[in-house]
Amino acid sequence: MTFDVAAIRKDFPILDREINGHPLVYLDSANTSQKPAQVLDVMREYHERHNANVSRSVHTLGTESTTAYEDARATIAAFIGAASSNEIVFTKNSTEAINLLAYAMGNASTQASRAGGAADPRLCLGPGDEIVISEMEHHSNIVPWQLLCQRTGATLRWFGVTDDGRLDESALTGLVNERTKLVSLVHMSNILGTINDVSRIVARAHDVGALVLLDCSQSVPHLPMDVAALGVDFIAFTGHKMLGPTGIGVLWGRFELLEAMPPVLGGGSMIETVTMDATTFAPPPARFEAGTPPIAEAIGLGAAVDYLSAIGMRAIHEHEQQITAYALRTLAGIPDVRVFGPGTPEGRGGTVSFAVEGVHPHDVGQILDDLGVEVRVGHHCARPVCARFGVAAMTRASFYLYTTTDEIDALAHGIERVRKVFA
Amino acid sequence: MMEQLYQEMILDHYKHPRGRGLRDPFGGEAHHVNPTCGDEITIRVAVDGKHLSDISYDGLGCSISQASASVLHELLKGLDAGEAFRVHEAFVELMQGRGQTEPDEDVLGDGVAFAGVARYPARVKCALLPWMAFKDAAARAGVSTEVTA
Repeated sequence: MTFDVAAIRKDFPILDREINGHPLVYLDSANTSQKPAQVLDVMREYHERHNANVSRSVHTLGTESTTAYEDARATIAAFIGAASSNEIVFTKNSTEAINLLAYAMGNASTQASRAGGAADPRLCLGPGDEIVISEMEHHSNIVPWQLLCQRTGATLRWFGVTDDGRLDESALTGLVNERTKLVSLVHMSNILGTINDVSRIVARAHDVGALVLLDCSQSVPHLPMDVAALGVDFIAFTGHKMLGPTGIGVLWGRFELLEAMPPVLGGGSMIETVTMDATTFAPPPARFEAGTPPIAEAIGLGAAVDYLSAIGMRAIHEHEQQITAYALRTLAGIPDVRVFGPGTPEGRGGTVSFAVEGVHPHDVGQILDDLGVEVRVGHHCARPVCARFGVAAMTRASFYLYTTTDEIDALAHGIERVRKVFA
Repeated sequence: MMEQLYQEMILDHYKHPRGRGLRDPFGGEAHHVNPTCGDEITIRVAVDGKHLSDISYDGLGCSISQASASVLHELLKGLDAGEAFRVHEAFVELMQGRGQTEPDEDVLGDGVAFAGVARYPARVKCALLPWMAFKDAAARAGVSTEVTA
């Protein structure tokens, strides 16, 4: 099957919209993606025909609802190469997935410090232990670890970023050492577009007995994903960046690690037996899904994964590589435009941040919006990256399976307009 | 449409800011940041008797926030505190008016150019950033932020 972007666009009702009298040019998919009718239909049908709470009802609707919810889990597990659907923990988003691990490690550390308490030592942190992240992280993979270090007395360290927007691995052996308990890195940068080959870091981390979490918020939506091949211990990703709804994300973990993790939120659905004195907990993933989960959202994410799988992640990635190459060439041809991050499509995805000399990104974004071109401006929840490149903010265009070269031309036309207004 | 937002007056203040740069002596200083976009402004207020003898500033940000600081300097420097806060109140009211407030040029001077900004809710915060920083700086300089007629 050839990749037919025009046919794909027909599945996305919002792409027919006009903005300020111009056809919508949506270049903000790294922020949130648009949703195809197939996903919206599944969610509406769920509410209209099958709505009931999951994992607790014997009635027909409850059974249908539970089946759809668990089928979605299995679909997502297969999509990322998980060993079993029990390795898929539903969360609200990537942020919650990362925080879930951070709080589980915090709880394990507290438990271990009690007299007679026991917890898996791989999850326990204290003074002298280290967590390693990078300067390329989204705030959601920085702040939870800063907070965990504050709670446990552990130390936070990080990889730097090179001038061409790659992870600086030159200090790898010093940075990841026998004191390291966890390495948590972004797979694809939400601001530079860099796709990190983490194989050397994963090997080093495992050599010293550290766990590895990969923030896959930007990679699972755009690349073929195989957690086994990556060799990591956990990944986090979110539904709304991959054609699914907001309010649903995933923490994937190797089952034996999830099993070793203490619970984080307590409540309904996460228990085995409750007495007034004590509670025993359900095995994963239920242990980490207290309360009624976002059922329709999980089913919607399952439908999004079906949609992506039918087209094929390899084909989607190839399309985005072509669009990215075209965009990088186009931007390079506009005077006063500086692209941050890798200048060629190799080892990078379809997210391109740039500066227009002498014009603040807010003003760039405002004038582009006037022409129907929707981009993200600001620090992109990655202020350390902006600081690394000496700017307060950037303008970011990000692409997906529905992006066309015509839309890149509209972006270029818009940038010319920006330059005229601020000439 | 864009012309309402990017009035010539605003672009002129952005490209040729009046009174920019932090100066001594000063009575109070405030630094404000817009956490969603990273725009920053530092404002200093110097007081001589009841007059705001200088309002100096420096910042980093979009044309709207930086032009707004330039206009603030031009409008409020030399006024007495009560007059200054009358202008302040009029500007804030204009920005929060969702484009329905008719600005008074006698009070707001070049500030009327910001009337169009009020139609862009995402940009109102940009325009107000220096004005909110000014209010804090003035209070730290011991200026009463009461409005006088």
